[in-house]
Amino acid sequence: MANSVITVIGKDRVGIVYDVSKILAENQINIVNITQQLMDDYFTMIILVDTSKCSKSFPELAEFFTQESKNLALDIRLQNEEIFKAMHRI
Amino acid sequence: MTIQSSEILETIRMVADQNFDVRTITIGIDLHDCITNDIAQLNQNIYNKITTIGKDLVETAKILSAKYGVPIVNQRISVTPIAQIAAATKADSYVSIAQTLDRAAKAIGVSFIGGFSALVQKGMSPSDEVLIRSIPEAMKSTDIVCSSINIGSTRAGINMDAVKLAGETIKRTADITPEGFGCAKIVVFCNAVEDNPFMAGAFHGSGEADAVINVGVSGPGVVKEALANSNATSLTEVAEVVKKTAFKITRVGELIGQEASKMLNIPFGILDLSLAPTPAVGDSVARILETMGLTVCGTHGTTAALALLNDAVKKGGMMASSAVGGLSGAFIPVSEDEGMIAAAESGILTLDKLEAMTAVCSVGLDMIAVPGSTPAHTISGIIADEAAIGMINSKTTAVRIIPVSGKNVGESVEFGGLLGYAPIMPVKEGSCEVFVNRGGRIPAPVQSMKN
Repeated sequence: MANSVITVIGKDRVGIVYDVSKILAENQINIVNITQQLMDDYFTMIILVDTSKCSKSFPELAEFFTQESKNLALDIRLQNEEIFKAMHRI
Repeated sequence: MTIQSSEILETIRMVADQNFDVRTITIGIDLHDCITNDIAQLNQNIYNKITTIGKDLVETAKILSAKYGVPIVNQRISVTPIAQIAAATKADSYVSIAQTLDRAAKAIGVSFIGGFSALVQKGMSPSDEVLIRSIPEAMKSTDIVCSSINIGSTRAGINMDAVKLAGETIKRTADITPEGFGCAKIVVFCNAVEDNPFMAGAFHGSGEADAVINVGVSGPGVVKEALANSNATSLTEVAEVVKKTAFKITRVGELIGQEASKMLNIPFGILDLSLAPTPAVGDSVARILETMGLTVCGTHGTTAALALLNDAVKKGGMMASSAVGGLSGAFIPVSEDEGMIAAAESGILTLDKLEAMTAVCSVGLDMIAVPGSTPAHTISGIIADEAAIGMINSKTTAVRIIPVSGKNVGESVEFGGLLGYAPIMPVKEGSCEVFVNRGGRIPAPVQSMKN
């Protein structure tokens, strides 16, 4: 199964990496690769993950991240890696 | 293969800020095997087939939308033109079939079902006539059924008897549905395509397989932002930016179409890449044209800008998928496009200019509100003009026009949701009544000697 990409965007503060990696661990979502940078005041993090051990379905995960986005005041999105390959690679 | 952060963020911006979406996944369903001479049995067969084939569509779209993080806004069904399916019943009204389509579509949770249609470009069978005469009542007594009539083609000419009847049908529908709303679900085509997933003109052509998945992708906001953020100066460079953007958005549609096809075990038909606007700010085709350098859509230069846009969209799309079909290009509905509404309200975008624009883009006069007092023969005249553009230029053209009962120029009408709102636009003085009433057929044009 292809990996998915999680993007986290939000106003910078202490503990974002901790908060996000905690919810990933709790859902058995394994981090394959992680990059993070500050753009102005905005924190952006891109995490390549393997969701194959996670018991939630994609619609459940989408709902879950929408909820967590609210809780953590961040914009967290999950997208299958294939969409980026399709769009940006010939 | 690594994906760059900038590419990931670009994709996210498209979805989050620029209204990029997969507009629709449509299952086209052939109903020929439902035919029987008993109309009650026919209705039952149609209901069973649609609800069996379409039962997992909405759920599939939900899963794919979550998996790829791209909204899939609508799920729809298109069926074989009902005039072909119901002929054997010899019934004098097909309203019950429209109601069956409505029930079946609601049972599986889709937003629209298209195919309450007749193809009468060369001649009208008794069944075609029953269907067309059933349209007003069908539009009144259903919520999500869409209807279309193909009244002309480059090979057959224009069936003016059908044009006359279509004008009367639209007028009658306007009279019996609130604010003429039923007319928003009726399209009159010339050179209709048979694999179009976009409503209200979707139907499942006779040359299609038993069931196919057609996907419609859209992203006027993405194209506009790409242009606004690019360094393009010349129109050559503008075309290049549009082409590359169209490529990217088409690839998403292709991916989702292929995946939906696998999950539903229904072959993938076509991908329709159309810049289909919505009333949301930032999702407007008119604003793309203005970004190219027009102060307002509808001013001089608009037709040229639209021609460039339409062609570049097709070129980018063709490279991205080997199954581009439908109506691919730019749509210019008035009520569904915030920029078009503004341009029409300012009086600069007129019916005449829209007609000229339809010569170079997908489809035609779309979602245009006119005074409720507009006579049926004037509507037929508008349809005939638009069909003539399609017939002579070997392209699809269509008319979706709404005479709004009790309203006049200077007022506006609110349809709500994706259908938006529209100022009532003036139609011309003078009458084409004698011309339209002549009936008969405008002969098919010569195909050589192009000039």
